[in-house]
This record gives sequence, structure tokens and C-alpha cells, in this order.
Amino acid sequence: MGLNQFLILSAFLFCTGIYGVLARKNAVLVLMSIELMLNAVNINLIAFSAFRTAVAGQVFALFVITIAAAEVGVGLAIVLLIYRNERTSDLDDVDQLKG
Amino acid sequence: MLSNAWIIPAIPAVSFFLVLFFGKRLPLRGAEIGITAVGASFVLSVVAVFQWIDRVDNATGHSEGLRALGRGIFSAATGHGDAAVQPVVSSITWWQNGLVKFAVGTRVDGLVVMMLFVVTLISLLVHVYSVAYMREEVRFTHYYAMLSLFTASMLLLVVADNTLVLLVGWEGVGLCSFALIGHFWEEKPNSDAALKAFLTTRTGDIGLMIGIIITFFAAGSFDIAKINAYALSGGANHALLLAGAVCLFIGIIGKSGQFPLHTWLPDAMAGPTPVSALIHAATMVVAGVYLGARMYPVFFKGFSIAAGGVNFMALIGGITIVIGALLAFVQRDIKKVLAYSTISQIGYMIMALGVGAWSAAVFHLFTHAFFKALLFLGAGSVSFSGSHHSFDMKSDMGGLRKPMPITFWTFIIGSLALAGIFPFAGFWSKDEILVTAGKDGYTAFLVVGLVGAFLTAAYMTRCIYLTFFGEYRGHGHPHESEPLITVPLIILAFFSVVAGFINAAPLGLEKFKDWIEPTVQFPHLLHPAFDTPKAIISVAVATLGIGVAAYFWFRREATGPLHGLTERNSLARAGYVFLEKKYYLDVLYENIIVAGIKGSIARGTYWFDQHVIDKVVNSLGGGAKRAGRFVYDTVDQKVVDAAVNDIAEVTGETGGLLRYVQSGRVQRYALLLFAAVGLLALAILVFNI
Repeated sequence: MGLNQFLILSAFLFCTGIYGVLARKNAVLVLMSIELMLNAVNINLIAFSAFRTAVAGQVFALFVITIAAAEVGVGLAIVLLIYRNERTSDLDDVDQLKG
Repeated sequence: MLSNAWIIPAIPAVSFFLVLFFGKRLPLRGAEIGITAVGASFVLSVVAVFQWIDRVDNATGHSEGLRALGRGIFSAATGHGDAAVQPVVSSITWWQNGLVKFAVGTRVDGLVVMMLFVVTLISLLVHVYSVAYMREEVRFTHYYAMLSLFTASMLLLVVADNTLVLLVGWEGVGLCSFALIGHFWEEKPNSDAALKAFLTTRTGDIGLMIGIIITFFAAGSFDIAKINAYALSGGANHALLLAGAVCLFIGIIGKSGQFPLHTWLPDAMAGPTPVSALIHAATMVVAGVYLGARMYPVFFKGFSIAAGGVNFMALIGGITIVIGALLAFVQRDIKKVLAYSTISQIGYMIMALGVGAWSAAVFHLFTHAFFKALLFLGAGSVSFSGSHHSFDMKSDMGGLRKPMPITFWTFIIGSLALAGIFPFAGFWSKDEILVTAGKDGYTAFLVVGLVGAFLTAAYMTRCIYLTFFGEYRGHGHPHESEPLITVPLIILAFFSVVAGFINAAPLGLEKFKDWIEPTVQFPHLLHPAFDTPKAIISVAVATLGIGVAAYFWFRREATGPLHGLTERNSLARAGYVFLEKKYYLDVLYENIIVAGIKGSIARGTYWFDQHVIDKVVNSLGGGAKRAGRFVYDTVDQKVVDAAVNDIAEVTGETGGLLRYVQSGRVQRYALLLFAAVGLLALAILVFNI
């Protein structure tokens, strides 16, 4: 099993994430898509780390997981507050900052 | 004490603040502070007097210290030593401007210690007297504070070693007299009198300031010693000295109530009586004479006094003697009689300075201080206990000799001293003036002096008759005043009797010449010997004055030839009215000069204002307005505003275009982000960076 299979999987997951972020209306689904993208990156980091026998990539992956957890925590809290105030989690309705 | 003389004015100056800040809470409402302070100054002044006498005697070499004082006064004349006695000068540089130093300091000599003694003694007695006299007064504390400051200003003026410090004291005296004359300011005439005193003396002060500037540029210094030395040096510019002397003398005219600026002095009677005593005897009024004595070389050389004949100073003094004495005849107010008497007596001093009788002038200042303070305080005692706070002799006094014996007898002593009757103090000093006037080719002034002596004796007789003799015309219950008032009277009466003997020439006592007349930076003056015929004539003239007045007043019930003269003779009537209107000088000042300025000159200046200045201003304004309009229309509106508006418009439109980017939709931002990343990646691939 070569490196390319991992990279293809990673690329697929990343593109799925981008699609979710751009196309989905629900804020929770957008957050989940961002998780997909982060995990795609993680797969890349670990794959390269394994194939090039460099530990740094795995350490980076651990960091990304931790940061992702924090990011989801903050993101879900924001979504919850928006829902509580606006009675919606549709990103198209949350456009108060438009110029 | 001689080199630390600054302490003497400093004590009452500190007392001024203490009385002002803490006086109200004290049991005597501040009087105790004032009396203590002036008392301390008096003690120090006495110490200074003894030290100065010691210094003179050491220099002239016939003494072994203070013990010689007693013998010094009563021993035979020792003759004036030739040794020069330098004044004690202590001075510090206040600030320096280029090469000109502005100093603050004291310069103590015989004249100064004499003035210190007189000022502090009179002020102390006035302070004590006022405790009783001003007891009912609401602003008692304020009154004592001003008394302290008044004394401090005068003492500063006395010890000053340069004309600038002297000017500070001079103006301080003017300010305090203003405040004290206007002490009863609730009534309009009193505050008017205070204003009149202030403004009239200010008129003279302008002359003084110009005089100080002239003497500064002539001698190159404000230092009185240097100015005097310059005046006496051969190289002095006489025209400059004359101008300086005239200007300084105008200051003296204003301050010392000389003709024609004497009109403020009688009005100044609006103040409390003890203040009048202080003003006339020790502070304020004698300041002018003191200045004349202090800077005598300037006047001596400027007016060419040694040359004889008539000079400005003697002339003004002579005129003042006669007009002051004549005015004293028509007053109903006892204090105004005394005020005109002061004017007349100060005229003697100025005339004496003008004829070269320096020590006679200073001697008269010395003796006059005692008997004039005595007369004023006596008048105060009369109004306080005899006439129910009135000063009108004709309606509220008369017959007071029985209920008020101490006041009566001390008043008599003061009047005899003032009239120059042997052997009272005024005799010796007035006689010395007359003798010198006769010797130096100033015979006209000898005559004027004798006329003045006659008039003085006569108006004092009238004043005593109206106050103490005849029937009591008032409505109060006259009684003798309390000791706080009578004790100062007795002390002053004592000095009025004995003070003259300090310079009694026929007894061989010439202490004024020995101790007080400066021996450095001073012109050589003649000291004519005592002249018995002249003395007899002057006493005879004064006695004649008393006699004539007594005949007229005491026998007016009987039909004397002089009785009712003003009713019968139109010429006498006109003269009386002329005097009663005070020579129409106030009319001249107020209705002609002031009204002239207010009326025609004011109208003239108004016309000038309207037609010349306003026109210039208006056309300037119109031009400026048109220029402004042009600038507004072209530069402002078309250039500046247009630029600003255009910049704003461009910014606005750019913003309008850019606002479409800021949609507020997170996903569109994300799309842009990914698109940009994609493009970047593509660029890396294509260009193979």
C-alpha cells in the first residue's frame, strides 16, 4: 500500500469538507464539514510522517486534533447563541455584518 | 539696630496679617496684636536713636557711650564736630538688569532715627487711644489691621535707601490712608472723601514717579545717596536737576497737602479722629516733607536755594501758610480747623526747606507731630465724651472746659505750642525757621511767616473759644474721657512742652544740628545764631493774634467794633464767602477742570471718535468685509470646498462598490477564500515556483 492511496483519500475527504462548508445552510453541518477538512489534513500529516519516518507530522496531527476540539467547542457555543437569539441556524439568515 | 533697621517696619507689617487673620477671635479683637507690634517697633526705634547718638558722639570724639546722652542733652554746646558721620547702610541686590542694580535696603542716619521715633511713638499712642475711641465700631479688627499696615508703610518709606523702595512705602501710605479715611464708607460723603484723597495724591504721585525716573537717568542710580552725591558734584546737569526737583516737588505737593493740591486734606477728616491724628502728625502728610529733607541736595541745587530770592519750593510753602491759615477761620468743624492748620504748618516746613533752613524744617516736623497729634486726639476726646460724636463747634460744643478739664488743659498746651508761644515746642522750631528766612535774603518769607504766626494764634483762639468757652450748645451729657484717651493726651502734652528744648539755641542746645543734620552728601548750610529781637517779635505777633481773636470772640456779646462786621460791610462779607468757598478751588477742580473734561473735551473727543476714528475703523471694516466675501466666494467655495467634496465623493463611490463584497454571508467569504487558495495553488503549479 503506497502513499498515494492515503493522499487520494485525504483529498476526497477535503473536497467533501469544502463542499459541505460552501453548500450547506445549517451551521452545525458546516462545522462538521470543517471537521472533515481538518481530519483530511491529519491523514496527510500522518501519512507523510509514516512514510518518511519523521515524528514531527504525528505531533502536528495531535496538535490539530486538540485545536479542532477547542474550535468545535467555541463554534457550537456561537451557533447555540445565534440560535437562541435568532431562532434559526441557517447561515443565510445570519448576515447582519453585511456592508 | 542701625544695620537691621528693616525689622522696625517688618514688625507692624507682620502684625497686619496677624490681626487680619486671627484678630477677630482674640478678646480685644486684634488691638492687642497691633499695640504689641507697634510697641516693639517703638522700643527698637528708641534703641536705634541711642545707638545713632552714640555713633555721632564717637565720631565727633567727646563721649563714652550711652551714658553721655543725659549730659549730651543738658551740657553746654559742644560745637559741631567736623568729623563726617556716615549713615548706616545695609542693602541687598533685588535683581540686576544689565549693569543696573535694583537694590532693597535701609539707610539709617539722624533724620531716619528721628522719624522712626516720631512715627512709632505717635502710632503707639493712636493705637492705645483707639481701643477706647473705636470700641463701638463694627470693623474694629479691620481698622487695627489697616493701622498696622499704615505704620509699616510709613516706616518702610523712612528707612528706604533708594527711591524705588521709598515709592513702595509712599504708595502703601496712600493706599492705607484711602482705606482709613473711607472707614465709615456706609455714608457716601465719606467714601467720596477717601476717593478724593486717593486721586488727589495720585495726581502728585505722577510727578513723583517722573521725578524718580529723571533722577535715575541723571545720577544713573535709584540709590538716594548716589543721587544726592550726584546733585552736589560739580558736574551735575542743572537743567536735569531742576526738572527732577520740580517733579519730585509735585509729589510732595500732593502728599503733604500743599497749595494747590491741598483740597483733599480737609475732606480727609471723614475718617476716624485717631486716623486724622496719625495722618497729620506722623504718617502720610509729613512723608512729603520727609522726602524733601531726604533728597535735599536735589532740591537745593535744582532750585538754586543758596542763591536767595524766590524759588518754587519756598513760594508754594509761603502761599500755603497763608491760605491754609485763612481758611481755618471759617470752619465750623473743629477737625477741619486743625486740618487747615496742618496745611499751614506743613507750609512752614516746605518754606523752611525752600529757604535753606533744613534743620529748622525737620525740627518743626518733629515738634509739630506732637502738638498736632495732641490737638487731634483732644478734638476726638471732645467729640467722644463731650459733644455726642459731633465735630460741629457752633452747634454741639461750647463751655466744655468745666466737665473736661484734662482735655481742656492739654488742648490749651497744644494750641500754645502751635501758636508758637514761648517756651512751648512750636516756639523753638517756628522761630528757627523765621531766623533762617531772615538771614538768607529771604526777607519776604520772614514776613509771610510772621503773618502765618499771627493767623495761627488767632484761629486757634477762635477754636478754643467755640469749643471750651461760652454756653454748652449740645444735647449730650459732657464728661471727662476715660484714661485710655486722656493718658495719650498727657504724654503728648508733655512732649509739646519739652520737645522744643532739644534744639533751643539760646540755651546752647543744638542737638538737631549735631545729631540729625547729615554731614556727608549734604550742602553746606548756614546756621544763623539765635536772634532775640526776632524771637520777641514773633511771640509778640502771636500774642497779638491771640489778643485780637480773644477781643473779637470773647467780647462779641458786647458791641465791639469788629462785631457783626460781615453783616455790615459788603467787602468783609465777600471775603468771608470767598474763604467759606475755599477760594473756589474745589469749584475750579470739579466744575471747571473735571466738568470741562467731562463736557467740552469729552464732546470734542466724542466727535473725533465718531468722525475720524470710527470712519477709519468703518472703512477698514468695510474693506475687510469685501475682501472676505471675495475670498469666501472664490477660494473657499470653489477651490477648498470643491476639493474636499470631490475627495469625499470618490471615497463614497469606491465604498459603494466595495460594499457588495461584504455580503455578511459566511459561505460567500469562504468561497472567496477557497477560490483564492485555488488560484494560488494553480499559480504555483503553472509557474513552478
